[in-house]
Amino acid sequence: MSGGDFVRSMPLGQGLVRNQPIYRIHIDLWLLLALGLVVSFGLIMLYSAVDKNPVLFTAQLLRVGAGFAILFIIAHVPPRYYFRWSPFLYAIVLLMLVAVLFVGVTAKGSQRWLNLPGLPRFQPSEMMKVAVPLMVAWFLNDRPLPPRLRHLAWALLMILVPAVLVGLQPDLGTAILIITAGLGVIFLSGIYWRWLGYASLAVALSLPALWFVMQGYQKERVLTLFDPERDPLGAGWNIIQSKTAIGSGGLYGKGLFAGTQSHLEFLPESHTDFIIAVIGEELGFFGIAALLLLYLCVIVRCLYMSSQMQDTFGRLVIGGLTLTFFVYLFVNIAMVIGLLPVVGVPLPLISYGGTSVITLLASFGIIMSIYTHRRR
Amino acid sequence: MSEPMHLKDSDSERRSFSGRTIAVLFLVFVCLTILVVRLVQLQVVEHEDYVTRSDDNRIQVQALAPPRGRILDRHGVVLAENRAVFTLALVTERIPDLPALFKELETLVSLTQAEIEDFKKRRARRKRPFEAVALRLALSEAHISILSVNRHRLDGVEVQAQLLRYYPHGDLFAHAVGSVRRVTEEDLRVLDSVNYSATQFVGKRGIEQFYETSLHGVVGYQNVEIDARGRVHKVLEISPPLTGESVTVHLDTRLQIAVAKALGDQRGAVVAIEPKTGGILAMVSTPSYDPNLFITGMTAGQYKELMTSRDLPLFNRAVDGQYAPGSTFKPVVGLAGLAAGTLSWEDTINDYGSFRIEGQPRIWRDWSWKKNNSGGQGVVSLRQAIYRSSNVFFYDLAHRMGIDALGNMARQFGYGQATAIDVLQRKKGLMPDPLWKHGAKGERWYPGDTVNVGIGQGDVLATPLQVASTAMVIANRGHWMRPRNLLSSGVDLVEVDAGVPMQDIQGVNAEDWERIVDSMEDVVHRGNKGFRQNGTAWAYIGRDIGYRMAGKSGTAQVVGIQQGEEYDESILDEYQRKHAWFLAFAPADNPQLALVVLIENGGGGSSVAAPVAREIMDAYLLPELAGANL
Repeated sequence: MSGGDFVRSMPLGQGLVRNQPIYRIHIDLWLLLALGLVVSFGLIMLYSAVDKNPVLFTAQLLRVGAGFAILFIIAHVPPRYYFRWSPFLYAIVLLMLVAVLFVGVTAKGSQRWLNLPGLPRFQPSEMMKVAVPLMVAWFLNDRPLPPRLRHLAWALLMILVPAVLVGLQPDLGTAILIITAGLGVIFLSGIYWRWLGYASLAVALSLPALWFVMQGYQKERVLTLFDPERDPLGAGWNIIQSKTAIGSGGLYGKGLFAGTQSHLEFLPESHTDFIIAVIGEELGFFGIAALLLLYLCVIVRCLYMSSQMQDTFGRLVIGGLTLTFFVYLFVNIAMVIGLLPVVGVPLPLISYGGTSVITLLASFGIIMSIYTHRRR
Repeated sequence: MSEPMHLKDSDSERRSFSGRTIAVLFLVFVCLTILVVRLVQLQVVEHEDYVTRSDDNRIQVQALAPPRGRILDRHGVVLAENRAVFTLALVTERIPDLPALFKELETLVSLTQAEIEDFKKRRARRKRPFEAVALRLALSEAHISILSVNRHRLDGVEVQAQLLRYYPHGDLFAHAVGSVRRVTEEDLRVLDSVNYSATQFVGKRGIEQFYETSLHGVVGYQNVEIDARGRVHKVLEISPPLTGESVTVHLDTRLQIAVAKALGDQRGAVVAIEPKTGGILAMVSTPSYDPNLFITGMTAGQYKELMTSRDLPLFNRAVDGQYAPGSTFKPVVGLAGLAAGTLSWEDTINDYGSFRIEGQPRIWRDWSWKKNNSGGQGVVSLRQAIYRSSNVFFYDLAHRMGIDALGNMARQFGYGQATAIDVLQRKKGLMPDPLWKHGAKGERWYPGDTVNVGIGQGDVLATPLQVASTAMVIANRGHWMRPRNLLSSGVDLVEVDAGVPMQDIQGVNAEDWERIVDSMEDVVHRGNKGFRQNGTAWAYIGRDIGYRMAGKSGTAQVVGIQQGEEYDESILDEYQRKHAWFLAFAPADNPQLALVVLIENGGGGSSVAAPVAREIMDAYLLPELAGANL
């Protein structure tokens, strides 16, 4: 699929050796196209979800623009830098996570944001979703694969420390995504199926124990998943309303901007975590299916790109980030349609909010950089 | 992979990675399939359910309370109407800090602690989230403008317009027209829950209660699209309520005012009836209260005062008060004697101030008896016995005719019965007879009981409305018109059921009627005749009267006075003094107005109640008579 390799030789006049590029544009056109479609789709839906509020919409438009700019820059940084910087990036973000616990800004009951002078307010936990797979891939790059047990132990430690820090904020959703990102890399590194089996068994057995560690509101969310009607005006409200929005959308939806659940404010968080319910209500089953198809394009293209890589770091990073992206969207949609408990996970590239979309586009920038700079 | 091998094996690694990538792809497909299956479940299989849920969310059926029908007097003066009142209400979901808001409202509209308590009670009863809960009914103009100026920083504070019952005359018609009260849980068990789903007030007294169904109207509905905060975005469908019927009643505001003025601050009641129609022209019970307080709210102090006052302002004495009719009963007893044949107009007795049943020690005294003066009215016929109000004559008459003949006549006059067409008579008075006494007291009827009944004492109880009916029936020379409020209405009212008309009085001929009326005219007009020859009320009202009035005074004992003891007002507690009655109608030969005045614990009927009756008659008749002369 060489057409997708947007690595173009740029002959620049005479005197220069033919086929010797002065510079290359390190962008994967297919991936960029898929991302562009997802983001455009998302922006249209967001415009509806914020009730055509020009301030909120423009803010998000600017963030998306900034995200693509960052993607473009990052894609042009040779991957060896990412390889070298991985441990430092990891360490810096880890430090910021610690800082958040002490000086973070609290919103909606959890302390997630960091206000650093000269920078817009952001969530370090989001950056961890990129830093962890980079770090684990960096660590496993020099190690024999499938990984040995002690290497595995180190890798798990690298994953769990930030995950716990994020979990303390508390932000269970992001913690889970960080763990998934790290485990994804370990899985791709070829860990023995047998070990995987043991680990899965251990996790399954310890699930009941998790119940006792969970905080009251978290238990509430789990109980609500199984029976939203137990507190229809409280904990169950969100999930009842999101299911109602999606279900009432039917096959074709109520029409763009015509969703009653969202526009009459029955659906909370309609422009952030629950935006898929707006899509389901206004565009129906086919609307969501179209979006899933676009997401699938992104994922398939990324997995293809990872399969083209010759080096461990490249494979693991591309594969790991892709897997994270998928889990991200799966958890969000599953939560909104009542398959998983409500955790604070936005719909990737679509939900309102800056850190998430910029981090995600940055991670796609890294993917493009690794892919377009590969040895052939 | 063997243990010592530490070098990277890129070929096997590549194969392993490819396998894992395929596994990931597989996982992605599985997960997406789960999502799609779930979406199909929600959006295709259960679609209809969720459409219903979504519509239930946004479409609210709101019941619309019908505007209550008005009550008008005979000249079209409004007695009860609806007025737009601005209510301060809170949507607590939109208020971040309720205590702080209360503090703020304390300074802005001087909110009281009691209002906050009431608000909390109402909030506990609300039916859905984002429902506005009333904090204060009837905001003043000043407070409305203060609130609108500060509106931007008072989120969740709403000023709602609402139609509330209003009684423009305040306490003047509180008992005659009655009033509405807030619908209670108890009411809802009785009322039609559908028709009253939006109704806040229900008629609880008087005309408001009797004509509740007609006045109320029929509930309407509208389908509105609301948002999650309960704010209405648009009305989708409306079926308007049917306004309640307006009711025009016989009451005459001008007369009612005159009555209230004549009674002044005395405790008592007046019922005035137009004899030709039975229409109640005035009905006053004092002290009264302002029924508007029950609608727009009152302070705890005001409420306590109303509920616990010894003067019972909430009590409608005119209809529900039961008193011994005293001497106002004497014309009825006389007519009973005439009808029974026990008595003729020529019969006389010697009244020496006391009466005894042969062979019994008990002595019944005349009202004129004092300890050192036996009193008595001398030789009296029925005519004198009425204008002098001789007790002894009626003791003797009652004793001779017996309780059956007496009871028969009294029941024809409506004693012991509810005779009004559209007045809620909770109390029917009491006309005692042997059967009643056996049932109520387990004792047999003694001849002495009949003697007591002969002067309207003993166990006889009557309401002012009943005594007024007696005035009306005599004014009509025995022809009954059942008392009524309703004069006219736009349509036939469901409540109106004239029922069986009261039979006219039997056994009394036209001449008897004229002579009994003449006797009652003497009560007022017979004067300057010397000691024990003047009508009992002449000295008080008869000297300068410009028309012919027939009347009968009454003075009813409240406490039993010991045998041989003298009634001395000064040693009795105010609430144990005698009740003063005066029954009257005028002009005597063409009666326009029949009325009764009762002054509770007022003392003598002629001295206390008669002047009130005269003042009312003057107010009603003089303008009319003057007009007739023109």
